[in-house]
Amino acid sequence: MTDLAASSPIPERRARSQAWWNAVNAWLLLLPAAVLLVAFTHWPILATIRHSLFITKRNGSEVFVGTDSYRAMAADPIFWKALVNNFWFALGTIPTSIALALIMAVWVNRNMRGRGFLRLAYFTPTVLPMIAVANIWLFFYTPDYGALDQLRGLFGLGGWNWLGDPSTVMGCLIVMVIWKEAGFFMIFYLAALQQLSPDLEEAASIEGASRWYTFRRITFPLLMPTTLFVAINAVINSFKLVDHLVIMTKGGPNNASTLLLYYIYEVAFTFQDSSYAATLTVVLLMLLSGIALLKFGYLDRRIHYQ
Amino acid sequence: MRGRTHPVEAVAAWLLALIWLAPLAYALWSALHPAAYATSFSLSAPWTLENFARAWKQAPFARYYLNTIVLVTFVLVGQLILSTLAAYAFARFKFKGSGIAFALVLLQLMIMPDVLIVENYRAIARLGLLDTIPAIALPYLASAFGIFLLRQTFKSVPQELVEAARVEGAGPLVILWRVYVPLARPTYVAFGLVSVSYHWNNFLWPLIVTNSVEARPLTVGLAVFGAPETGVDWSVITAATVMTMAPLLIAFLLFQRQFVQSFMRAGIR
Repeated sequence: MTDLAASSPIPERRARSQAWWNAVNAWLLLLPAAVLLVAFTHWPILATIRHSLFITKRNGSEVFVGTDSYRAMAADPIFWKALVNNFWFALGTIPTSIALALIMAVWVNRNMRGRGFLRLAYFTPTVLPMIAVANIWLFFYTPDYGALDQLRGLFGLGGWNWLGDPSTVMGCLIVMVIWKEAGFFMIFYLAALQQLSPDLEEAASIEGASRWYTFRRITFPLLMPTTLFVAINAVINSFKLVDHLVIMTKGGPNNASTLLLYYIYEVAFTFQDSSYAATLTVVLLMLLSGIALLKFGYLDRRIHYQ
Repeated sequence: MRGRTHPVEAVAAWLLALIWLAPLAYALWSALHPAAYATSFSLSAPWTLENFARAWKQAPFARYYLNTIVLVTFVLVGQLILSTLAAYAFARFKFKGSGIAFALVLLQLMIMPDVLIVENYRAIARLGLLDTIPAIALPYLASAFGIFLLRQTFKSVPQELVEAARVEGAGPLVILWRVYVPLARPTYVAFGLVSVSYHWNNFLWPLIVTNSVEARPLTVGLAVFGAPETGVDWSVITAATVMTMAPLLIAFLLFQRQFVQSFMRAGIR
């Protein structure tokens, strides 16, 4: 189309009207999705930022307060607790579930007997609702007659209030989330492993390289893009995953298991303080944008894709 | 590495699989046995469906099922239509601002509606939709993931097929419907499975925007159904839990291979 346009003025006009017509068509196709995306993603992001600078009075009028809410947030110990908890939650769940996912994928990628069953077993938790998972795991952690305490009983140990003790509650939730997520990440590794050329491993084994050496020096580096993809997803999940808190701990005891999004939910819908909830949401948005920038601006350029 | 497996590894793999299945096995055990056996495992324990009957009687699960099915269908159909149109625009039309528009779509991959609960609640309230099924569905209807996935697929459609259809006088929408959509079938299946399982399982947002039996999906129904403190016993709770996850679990067991493969396909960048 463009070479024609250069040769004479009439086709040029036609090309221009063609381009215009193309744009109209494209925007019409985009319109329904665009309206909803703006209404429930872009506008809410801007509204959240605006809202964090105002407070709503009891009569419904809004008063500009500038950064007051941010200063109040900086002095709010529960906010810091939620942030620190989120950090430990991410650190506790992400590396372990990724490592487990990789091990699982390597196993079920082999011609092992019962491979289908193993895949099924590892992946099943992924399709369960978090809220159902929380119900089931609540039983494991119930003091005295829960599965964990029955096990302790076998060794003559007494009951322990796993979810009621600030020192154990986060660990319990982390273990459960690893169980829920590892199988999901396994799928991505499995897909990546199946795309790797078997020649590389064959060549390595002819050279006499040990299996561990081959994995460490050949397979694992080739899986780097997948590891990055999975890690980004895991980080985003660690900020989104709060369903189980509603059933298991309500953020307690003494806020030991509160995560940022759960705190936002509590502030907005239990304490009915939507301006402060907006301030907290801005922090969450900043964290998520930070991850996005890191991914698109830096990591995508550094890591080699096949 | 695809070859032989060391016996130690095989044992470890099986052990991990058993640990991974244990919570589910426990839930089934407790749901299928009388309350007295809920926490003590004995091979002679009698089997029963009593817990399911009691759970079914204690909460309007039939209504919850209906709500969830309506919700999941509504979301899926909406997502498929909107993503198809938008993906087509991005894959096959050259227009000014398409790069920025696409970046604005992708933003939703990072900042999902789950995070914007406060403002989205206000929006739904302003629309007067609180406590309805559309209120649960609306924020998710335009799916960045769906648009991205279909755009990738549409881009791989051979240009000759499109040209052939154009020569026959087909317009853009006819070409979309007759050439692109049929060729993208595997992507639709993959996206459909991911979407259905996500929205069948979604909880926080439905919890926020619904407060009556008429709109509540299964997950929210299960959560209000009761914790042990409310006097409902473990066996009944596990029965309700099993009921909530059963349809998806059964579908998963039946279509396990497709499920896993579609997740594999869907997740790839």
